[in-house]
Amino acid sequence: MNQPENRRVIVDPVTRIEGHLRIEAETDAEGRIIRASSAGTMVRGIEIILRDRDPREAWAFTQRICGVCTLVHGIASVRAVENALNIEVPSNAQLIRNLMIGAEYIHDHVMHFYHLHALDWVDVVSALKADPKATSALAQSLSGYAKSSPGYFSDVQKKLKGFVEAGQMGIFANGYWGHPAYKLPPEANLMAVAHYLDALAWQRDVVKLHTVFGGKNPHPMLLVGGVPCAISIDPNRPGDKKAPHFNGISSGTALNEVGLQTVQNAIKQMSEFVDQVYLPDTLAIAGFYKDWFKQGEGVGNFLTYGEFPAKGMSYPSTFMIPSGVILDRDLSKIHPIDLNAENEIQEFISHAWYEYSVGKEQGLHPYKGETKLDYTGPKPPYKQLDLDKDYSWMKSPRWKGKAVEVGPLARVLMMYASGHEQAKELVNMTLKTLDLPVQALYSTMGRTAARTLETKIVADAMQGWYDQLIANIKAGDVKTFNESKWEPSTWPSNAQGVGVTEAPRGGLAHWIVIDNQKISNYQAVVPSTWNAGPRDAEGNQGPYEAALKGHQLHDVKQPIEILRTIHSFDPCISCAVHLTDPEDKELLQVKVL
Amino acid sequence: MNQVAQPDNLPGTVGEGLVQHGVNRREFLQFCVSLTVMLALPPSMAAVMAEAISKTRRQSVIWLSFQQCTGCTESTARSHTPTLENLIFNLISLDYQHTLQAAAGEAAEQALAQSMKDNAGKYLLIVDGSIPMGNPGFSTIAGISNHDMLVDVAKDAAAIVAVGTCASFGGISNAKPNPTGAVAVHDIIKDKPIIHIPGCPPIPVVITGVLAHFLTFGSIPELDSLGRPRSFYGETVHDRCYRRQFYDQKKFALSFDDDMAKQGWCLFKLGCKGPVTHSSCATTKWNDGTSFPVQSGHGCIGCAEPNFWDATPLYKVPLKSFLYQLILGDQDTPQKTVPTGLGVGYTAVTWHKRMNKNKVAANAPDKKLTAQKGNTL
Repeated sequence: MNQPENRRVIVDPVTRIEGHLRIEAETDAEGRIIRASSAGTMVRGIEIILRDRDPREAWAFTQRICGVCTLVHGIASVRAVENALNIEVPSNAQLIRNLMIGAEYIHDHVMHFYHLHALDWVDVVSALKADPKATSALAQSLSGYAKSSPGYFSDVQKKLKGFVEAGQMGIFANGYWGHPAYKLPPEANLMAVAHYLDALAWQRDVVKLHTVFGGKNPHPMLLVGGVPCAISIDPNRPGDKKAPHFNGISSGTALNEVGLQTVQNAIKQMSEFVDQVYLPDTLAIAGFYKDWFKQGEGVGNFLTYGEFPAKGMSYPSTFMIPSGVILDRDLSKIHPIDLNAENEIQEFISHAWYEYSVGKEQGLHPYKGETKLDYTGPKPPYKQLDLDKDYSWMKSPRWKGKAVEVGPLARVLMMYASGHEQAKELVNMTLKTLDLPVQALYSTMGRTAARTLETKIVADAMQGWYDQLIANIKAGDVKTFNESKWEPSTWPSNAQGVGVTEAPRGGLAHWIVIDNQKISNYQAVVPSTWNAGPRDAEGNQGPYEAALKGHQLHDVKQPIEILRTIHSFDPCISCAVHLTDPEDKELLQVKVL
Repeated sequence: MNQVAQPDNLPGTVGEGLVQHGVNRREFLQFCVSLTVMLALPPSMAAVMAEAISKTRRQSVIWLSFQQCTGCTESTARSHTPTLENLIFNLISLDYQHTLQAAAGEAAEQALAQSMKDNAGKYLLIVDGSIPMGNPGFSTIAGISNHDMLVDVAKDAAAIVAVGTCASFGGISNAKPNPTGAVAVHDIIKDKPIIHIPGCPPIPVVITGVLAHFLTFGSIPELDSLGRPRSFYGETVHDRCYRRQFYDQKKFALSFDDDMAKQGWCLFKLGCKGPVTHSSCATTKWNDGTSFPVQSGHGCIGCAEPNFWDATPLYKVPLKSFLYQLILGDQDTPQKTVPTGLGVGYTAVTWHKRMNKNKVAANAPDKKLTAQKGNTL
């Protein structure tokens, strides 16, 4: 199927994402996408690097898979080791992890909306034509957010004007400004630009929650068996001279009275911004783009591993977001997942630059996962990939042979289908406000809206976890770490386990095999691999590829339609590309120049 | 401060921009003062800085991302002084940066080409991520290998800033067995000044602080033998750690939540690499001074040092290692204060085996110091 070059629309780099993604879309003469192909174009080999190392330090390596959804690969990793070695973490550690994961959702989703996705819907240059007074009226009609005076918007507009007129457009250079696909009135554009800037300021403050518990952000510290930060408060023994003595706030750990207050402030700031800015903005912007509730669906199958345990990972029934699979949009049936069953979760490499010892057609369960780098693509510099052969560094994960979508839409649907009251309420409110049928969820804008709704659900849950943590400390429980299996001498000689989490971009699982206290195999099957992977042996497309099919491009030179749908998934490609190879004896000789 | 230019006197300059953006002279000067404090410069430099910044057009910056995780970009976005929005709207023109830029695909590549043409010889090149040499197909952007793109864009750059341990020293991709043949920027580019800002990721204000130095003085800051700015990498985490007194008193936490850990005793025996890690984590701290890893109960993992992924396992005290032998003698437990700076000599000696001496030495006005420390060893 050799399409002539002018019928292939190539977007590389796909910007405003994490990592290196290339989309090649084959179109008909009218610019309608017939077949889209999604390619990850960068590989590092972190799972090979993990072999023979101490399982307790794997979290630090896997965390570096991604610095945007920082934390989540570390969480999946410590949970995998805890699962393999049968370690329960203390209640405080569980709560602190929930708070950290929750903060990650809120931070990441807000930044995705304003800094990665917004410019697909918001025309920055059009904001120059806005009337600040009318913008103020619009903003005040949407929410009680304090920064909404005419003077405020006039200042933002002035800033923007100077920027544009100086002729140095910087990050806004060469955007598709003025493209007829932009539908917002100038006032809505100006409001969104103002909130783009506000969100930049907001995000660096709310991550302090991670900094208290983990010492830094990005890439906070984690620990197998609990959390690293001991609690330097003991309210029950204030007068006890024999009790540990904490030398005021300058000593002890960051988790003292001041640290807790920082956490509480961050929770409040998060919840306010979501309620007053993010949620109203999403609904307002979505209202202008109702046609995007009709396209960009994907595969119609959805998978979640579940997240936010109330008791511990061994009690999936206590998860706030349940685990399961929805097939063909059928919300009446949730199929259970068995993470250890060889025939359920498998990764295929039929169109990926890898080799399997069992051949290119067969899938492998992660415990038996193997990979050998085998770049057969065109020699760089190249213009086109050979889309009928191998074309990506991503594998194609499948559940019982089916492509499934993971992420916010899958989670909201799972909560909706399993009767989560707030999820049902929020979904119904959104559909009613926008006057849309429930089918509208299965779309580009449905995915974007689902991300906002789940942020609201998580933001509301944060205070409860914090209050529980305080109650524990008050009751004298300051345990944060289970040290019973810390020493490798206490481990069995062979063990294997799987750790799951719901990362901002979707279900994430790490499988680990431990032999003689060292890692002998490590496999991460990550959200963007589920969503962005290439076609499988049967020729079935993954969610990105399926979602783009049928998109009508207004101008093939400015393919904003492709960006809208791809960004609605929030791609994270460093995550998606990974490999492991227990068999490979011929690793490259490193030549340092 | 009287001779400081009003930041509004030249059209199209940063000064004019600041006025348009509603920044008055007083705020502008305060900003410059905070920068001088951060960069450990004498207060008189604030005036020089104000004048320099107000008269320039926004510095063109091109940011290339190779084998990386975007953690370095995220960290830049966390900076409180200067903030990312202050940087990109007032001080620099960020003409190519995958995570933030509006344009994609061909439009993005055109923006890159335009900026390279308009600012030839003057733009600052920031790189994050390592470069795979095993196969050009291991990492491509717009069909171009990372190696070729780096060489092409570096050609007309005024200077290069390698942000993060991957771009500075190879980082995680370069950890054993280095499956993709990942190398650092300086392994490829030999004829340009290169500033290393290691860290995984580096501290937010360290990234922006080094940029601010370049913008202010039009030159690169004083670097050590590994190409790191002395102002931020001159001391070890251990040198300035608030738990140092416990180390000196031999008071150590033995588990992550024992009573000693709760009281903030030294984490040395839980594997802390603070004594051998050059970074200002203990002084600037992270995220607006909120905390740093040791304060949050986990030992330093040494992420700003070359080869830290392979040097010593995270939770192991490398008592038998060459360096710790030097510090501790034959003792099993620390007995005496670690002489400041030994770590520099150690890492420098090891690293020189890999580093091309000319390249960084050309940027490092501190040969004498390195030699002196070498003698100590």
